[in-house]
Amino acid sequence: MNIPSSVRRLTGAVAAPFRPQRLRPQAGFLATGVLLHGAALLLWVWFLLALFSVPAAALVPLVLALGSVVPRTWLQRHRFRAYARADIPPVTAVAGRYDLVRAWRRMRSGAYWRQFAYHQLAGLLLGVAEAVALLLWVGGAAALLNYVWSWPLPLHWSVTWWLWEWGWLLMFGGLGLLFAAPRLADSLIRAEVPVALRLLGPSRAEELEQRVDDLTERRAETLAAADAERRRIERDLHDGAQQRLVSLAVNLGLARATLTDLPPDARRVIDEAHSEAKAAIEELNQLVRGLHPAVLEDRGLDAALSGIAARAPFPVQLRVDLAERPAPAVEAVAYFVVSEALANVTKHAHAERAEVSVVRRGGILRVTVTDDGVGGADPHAGSGLRGLRRRVASVDGTFGIDSPAGGPTVITVELPCVL
Amino acid sequence: MRAVIAEDSVLLRIGVVKVLQTAGFDVVAEVDDGESLLKAVEEHRPDLAVVDVRMPPGFTDEGVRAALTISRQWPDTSVLLLSQYVEERYAADLLATRTGGVGYLLKQRVADVEEFIEALHRVAAGGTALDPQVVAQLLVRGGPDPLHRLTPRERDVLALMAEGRSNAGIAAELVVSESAVAKHINNLFAKLDLPQADADHRRVLAVLRYLEQGQS
Repeated sequence: MNIPSSVRRLTGAVAAPFRPQRLRPQAGFLATGVLLHGAALLLWVWFLLALFSVPAAALVPLVLALGSVVPRTWLQRHRFRAYARADIPPVTAVAGRYDLVRAWRRMRSGAYWRQFAYHQLAGLLLGVAEAVALLLWVGGAAALLNYVWSWPLPLHWSVTWWLWEWGWLLMFGGLGLLFAAPRLADSLIRAEVPVALRLLGPSRAEELEQRVDDLTERRAETLAAADAERRRIERDLHDGAQQRLVSLAVNLGLARATLTDLPPDARRVIDEAHSEAKAAIEELNQLVRGLHPAVLEDRGLDAALSGIAARAPFPVQLRVDLAERPAPAVEAVAYFVVSEALANVTKHAHAERAEVSVVRRGGILRVTVTDDGVGGADPHAGSGLRGLRRRVASVDGTFGIDSPAGGPTVITVELPCVL
Repeated sequence: MRAVIAEDSVLLRIGVVKVLQTAGFDVVAEVDDGESLLKAVEEHRPDLAVVDVRMPPGFTDEGVRAALTISRQWPDTSVLLLSQYVEERYAADLLATRTGGVGYLLKQRVADVEEFIEALHRVAAGGTALDPQVVAQLLVRGGPDPLHRLTPRERDVLALMAEGRSNAGIAAELVVSESAVAKHINNLFAKLDLPQADADHRRVLAVLRYLEQGQS
């Protein structure tokens, strides 16, 4: 059968409220709302009655109202999720043990008072509205079925004659109410969800704060994962390829040293293979050092940096002052900064000497690389400095470079020690 | 001369054993971790122990710790540490426990078989063999001021001296005469304000002591 869409929309709109799968959440939402908000009303009545008779006794409902904010919020959150399909995000919990201090700190948060306002103030209005909507249903059903329930009533009850005479009118009225009730329930739900979200959930600022916290944590995890991966690759190369190459070079070296009676051609081939193997080891070493040097993991920044400083083709004075080791990812960044900065100095600065200082002051790791070269380094020109800046930014560090033409160049990097 | 070797990489161990045999050593034990090394040294009392720094179970500095124990308990056994990277404080730790019979080289130096064999003999005979990279790191640490007064050639001589080379070795390396080397050494001893010492390894120690003082 082909029903025009306008007709289908119309019949759908009429029938929609009566679909059983809509009825249950609506009724559930209203009933639980009446119960929960009714409790708030009771607390008010109790409080006011006590206040005007035995004022001291008013403390009891007050404490109950204040103390039940968290469980009532919990219940409301479940109610909205179950019947209104609305997720109220939780407010960040106050950390600490469950004691009076924690309770006090929680009471000082804005979220707590927003939730209290929802339960004890907005709850009054919402509860009344929900009760009305619920009554619409009950009243509508009662009016529609008036012939059914008025039939067994004794005739001499004064109302029943009226019901018999005008009952058909009531039936129509009841039918109307039953049409209206689901719509009212729906609009109530739609109206209440934003209120609940605003008052029970975190505020915009708190949400952003939470998001920043989440992102910070996730970034720290990503960094740690990348760092761990670099270390894994380093270890694999170390224990695998590098050892094999060394062993190969040793065997070639042995051949060179012991097979003295070889024809000159064979000797030359062995010599070449030997130098090739040694060059490959050196290249692999460079690669591994760029990834994540083992000495950094085993012995920390001081040891790893003295290795870089020793390999620089000019004298480097190194000062490392660390009471305790920073987070591994931060160590890796600091190592990278010094390594890359010295590589830049080697390539571009024509420096005679350089100074590297790594100092930890409180939560900040300050890395300074100074050279006496020609200066004029442009942080936006080379990929080296840009890479440095990016690497530093990845852990929320600050990067500064001072390089007037003619030198000297000073690179200052500050990193947070804990991510 | 008898030697033991502690190295967990089988390939490299085979290679080093071959080099040791070529150098005329009798390899009496091959082990792959620090504890077995100590047992082997106690049992065989070898002249030389060749030890990998990174070994099971922790893969950090097991070899260094075993070497320190050997230095304390069996001073007649010389120790040559092999490492993937060099860390000058390992060398400083070792040199603090004994006056000679110590070596600390990068693993890849084994490939230069002739030089490695020379280092093996030097260490087994109570001398020293420090990796040029260790010496370079020590020079970085030393603080520039007194070293600044050295000429580049004197710095080269100091570095080779710190590695444990003899005057003849230094002369060959730098392609100068032995008497020139002796003159450089006298000059730099004077500049660094060091007393003349007789044995070769004493020179190394003197240099290292000086460099350590420069740190503090």
